[in-house]
Amino acid sequence: MADGKLFGTDYIPADLVAKVTGRAKYAEDFRADGMLFTKLLLSPMPHARVRSIDDREALAMEGVMGIITADDLPETDNLVGSDRALTMEPMYQGEPILAVAAVDEETAAAAIEKIKVDYEPLPFVIDPLDSLRPGGPNARVGGNTIVDRKEVVEIKWTAQDFEEAGDSMPMGEAEVEWEVGDVAKGLEEAHLVLDETLYHQSQTHHPLETRSCMAYWQNDKLTIHVSTQSTQRTAGAVARGVGIDPTQVVVIAEYCGGGFGSKIGGTVNMPIAALLSKKTGRPVMHRVSREEENAYGRARPGFQGRVKLGFRADGRITAIDLYLIQDNGGYGRSGDFTSASRCASLNYTPLNMRFRGISILTNTPTRAAQRAPGGVQITAMLEPVIDMAAKKLGLDQIEIRKINAPDNDTTYGSNEHHVTSAYVREALDKAAEVSNWAELKAQSGQTNGSKVTGIGIALSSYVAGSRGFDGLMVIRPDGKLYVHQGIGNLGTHSVFGTARVASDHLGVSWENTEVVWGNTSRHLPHSAVQAGSQTTHAHTRANLAAAIDMEKKLKEVAARTLGGSADSYVVAGERVYRRGNRGSGLSFAQAAEKAIELGGTFDGHEAPEDINDWTKGAVAGLAGQGLVGVAKDNYGGEGDLWSFVVGVAKVEVDRETGAVEIQHYTAVADTGAVMNPRGLAAQIHGGGVQGFGLARSQKWVYDPKWGVPFTQRLYTAKPPSILDVPLDMRAGTVDLPDPQNPVGAKGIGEAPFGAGVAAVLCAIQDAIGEFDLKRSPMTTDLILNQLEGVPQPITVLATDV
Amino acid sequence: MADQLEMLEETDKSLSRRKFIKGVIAGGAATYSAGYLFRTGTVRAQSGAAGSVERLITLNVNGQERRVDVMKQETLATTLRYKLGLTGTKMGCDRAECGSCTVLLDGTTHYSCSVLTHSVRGRAVTTIEGLADADGTLHPVQQAVVDGAGFQCAFCAPGFIMSMVAMVDANQSPTRAEAAQALSGNLCRCCDYNKILDCAMSAADYTRGV
Repeated sequence: MADGKLFGTDYIPADLVAKVTGRAKYAEDFRADGMLFTKLLLSPMPHARVRSIDDREALAMEGVMGIITADDLPETDNLVGSDRALTMEPMYQGEPILAVAAVDEETAAAAIEKIKVDYEPLPFVIDPLDSLRPGGPNARVGGNTIVDRKEVVEIKWTAQDFEEAGDSMPMGEAEVEWEVGDVAKGLEEAHLVLDETLYHQSQTHHPLETRSCMAYWQNDKLTIHVSTQSTQRTAGAVARGVGIDPTQVVVIAEYCGGGFGSKIGGTVNMPIAALLSKKTGRPVMHRVSREEENAYGRARPGFQGRVKLGFRADGRITAIDLYLIQDNGGYGRSGDFTSASRCASLNYTPLNMRFRGISILTNTPTRAAQRAPGGVQITAMLEPVIDMAAKKLGLDQIEIRKINAPDNDTTYGSNEHHVTSAYVREALDKAAEVSNWAELKAQSGQTNGSKVTGIGIALSSYVAGSRGFDGLMVIRPDGKLYVHQGIGNLGTHSVFGTARVASDHLGVSWENTEVVWGNTSRHLPHSAVQAGSQTTHAHTRANLAAAIDMEKKLKEVAARTLGGSADSYVVAGERVYRRGNRGSGLSFAQAAEKAIELGGTFDGHEAPEDINDWTKGAVAGLAGQGLVGVAKDNYGGEGDLWSFVVGVAKVEVDRETGAVEIQHYTAVADTGAVMNPRGLAAQIHGGGVQGFGLARSQKWVYDPKWGVPFTQRLYTAKPPSILDVPLDMRAGTVDLPDPQNPVGAKGIGEAPFGAGVAAVLCAIQDAIGEFDLKRSPMTTDLILNQLEGVPQPITVLATDV
Repeated sequence: MADQLEMLEETDKSLSRRKFIKGVIAGGAATYSAGYLFRTGTVRAQSGAAGSVERLITLNVNGQERRVDVMKQETLATTLRYKLGLTGTKMGCDRAECGSCTVLLDGTTHYSCSVLTHSVRGRAVTTIEGLADADGTLHPVQQAVVDGAGFQCAFCAPGFIMSMVAMVDANQSPTRAEAAQALSGNLCRCCDYNKILDCAMSAADYTRGV
């Protein structure tokens, strides 16, 4: 690091004035001459085969310009690994079958009414356990689970599996199984064993900006305005979906109105506007409604689970025996359930652990990573159980977590990986300090009229970085540093924050740093996807690598221009000059001009061998425009990057109405050295509050007879509003650097979410006692039934009710 | 000419959204998202709501008189976004759930997705584009949001900021709880509510000049 004056400080993101004035353009804000609109025909059935489509009457309508079906999509030999924009065998109610382009949406919608689709209804299933029963329905023709992302196979459990389970979750043949140590022995040696059946709901991501899209062609070049988390990596996804080469695609995505994992490399519907535009020769706008967002906008998979936890008298966990059934939706296989097993292993470092899991296909919307995929579910499921154990063992909730917490020497998971850093005990201590835990603890169980106070603390973890991407920057003859970023701008501000590392290294002020982002025609480097909390770690490294290359080249340009060896020059104050003689040197503007004269590697006419081909293309595009710094992140490193968040919640539960008021929330992160304090607080608070929604209100409800959803909108699966957050919210960080990042940074997007869900669930449980149904969301009606001693109307494992 | 324009403006201001949706359904264009449909009027032979007529009307938007051709069933959000080029007003749900489309009508917050354009003739419509001065000087509320690094993805920001403007016009010294009430018609899916409340409180400070 040079002086590091930008890293670690607050700043105003470069895009914020555009955002507050309405000038920021999201995908649906673009217009093009002659632009058509499209509406989709969505499957009315949860599972069917389209036998035939008669669109003659629709095509004859005035204003209808074209129709595409799955036949117009690029060929694929894998119809089960992942879904496509359109299908002839819809796997859920609402899956798109065809798209009509017309001069306006009303005409397109009227045309859809004229299209006759002949469906062959097929068996369907909503609840994975129904599919596992002997003779139970399969979500797909040929089976109920997918192996290796391509082969559909059938797994049924035996009647005996179900009978033996009683009211607990049955545990038949698993698809995934691993064991570290000896779980049977660990349980035998335990002072306390808990055997719990648990449920976590599925839930749609519902970013506020739906996945609208606008596309047009100029000769063979496709320009597409999309709502995507990433940018450079989105071009490849568009190309695959449309059946063209990535070099033919220009992705424009300066802003993304939320993704939370549902728009990582773009969206499944991107090919629709692109292919309709190709077919009609006109630009096409695809506006996605809120119900459509619920249908093809992705969702977190739910889990049915059973855990046996063994504890020593001091709270140390001797064994975790975990079984998860994943509600997979109709395609591919979500990694959530295996990620969940790793999170459980890491958060509690059990002396022995066994994981078994199975991912069962259901005729419900396609699943995708949702902020801490698997981590949120398992944290929400297990943390209240840990609290039950603490109570039985007479331990403080923080103490039981500290005795099991991971540290820098921890290994975890089936292959016993280790982590780059884990300061969880420090985070727990800090959370106790920031939240004033002792005072909160004294309030636990206090009553105020009909209301009773509960407190909860939760530990959440998730992966927080990746390695090996490219950095690219240019000093132009205007003397400014242009940092080219291929990562996306979905509001985390890492697109700006990671650029500041380059400014710091080169001593460039933030005013003279321009971040170039959001448009693949602007020469962007090969980058991490904007997902999985990768970018902070990955692109501080990549940008520092490129800045080091830039520094070296600045010195060489100076040496070649002014004489002497490159080593005798220093870079500081936006100049390169002889050590000890600031007057003898070049301004950055002069160095940029010299670089253009020198050519070769200096101005991008030559590029390093080891960078990605995509970056080589970007360098070639910048050739001759200034002094180019470009490098691959070759720092290497070993072990897995994880961040941790501790959440503390205080709730007041009204015993007469079941209403819950969240009165306090503290979030404390172990996320390495802090890049942007205000942004970090926003991430750990925002993620936590998203968690409040899963803890309290957001869920799917399906009609079991027809397999159609009742909860397609925001008011039927209500996310938290500003009235659901406490007025007292606090944030903290341990601020200890990760040893494998040159500036010590780890990512933070994922881990806050699970802390929010689990802290609230733990706090409600603290207020009302052990849940009679251990499931989320813990809605007001379930709470009230428990308080009133009324039998619950559902079973613990009931899915989408 | 003047008479003609006056006549053109003679439309039924009482057409409610409910009637409009019923009309669209009766018109055979009922789909998944009847209320979300947008019509350019390019195809004259197509009639959306039964009896609908396109009319040239005058709207007062951000202090300017704007002549605009508006369908009878057209919502203000559609008019702003697709007829007047004011895309700062966002549509997140089109059903009065999320508040992204919040605009001011005579200084009061409204969901523009759920207001028929014909009903706002004669009223002052203010959108996010109308807050800053012509020279680019930000409205104190906008400045407070910038200084507080407010919002994440910011798709909700225009709606929230309009609600903050209405809030500070009505109450320059809100408590944090009052500010939350004033903004409770807007959803932020990034759930950055704590920072939004911080910004709302400093917006009130800026408005008071402290």
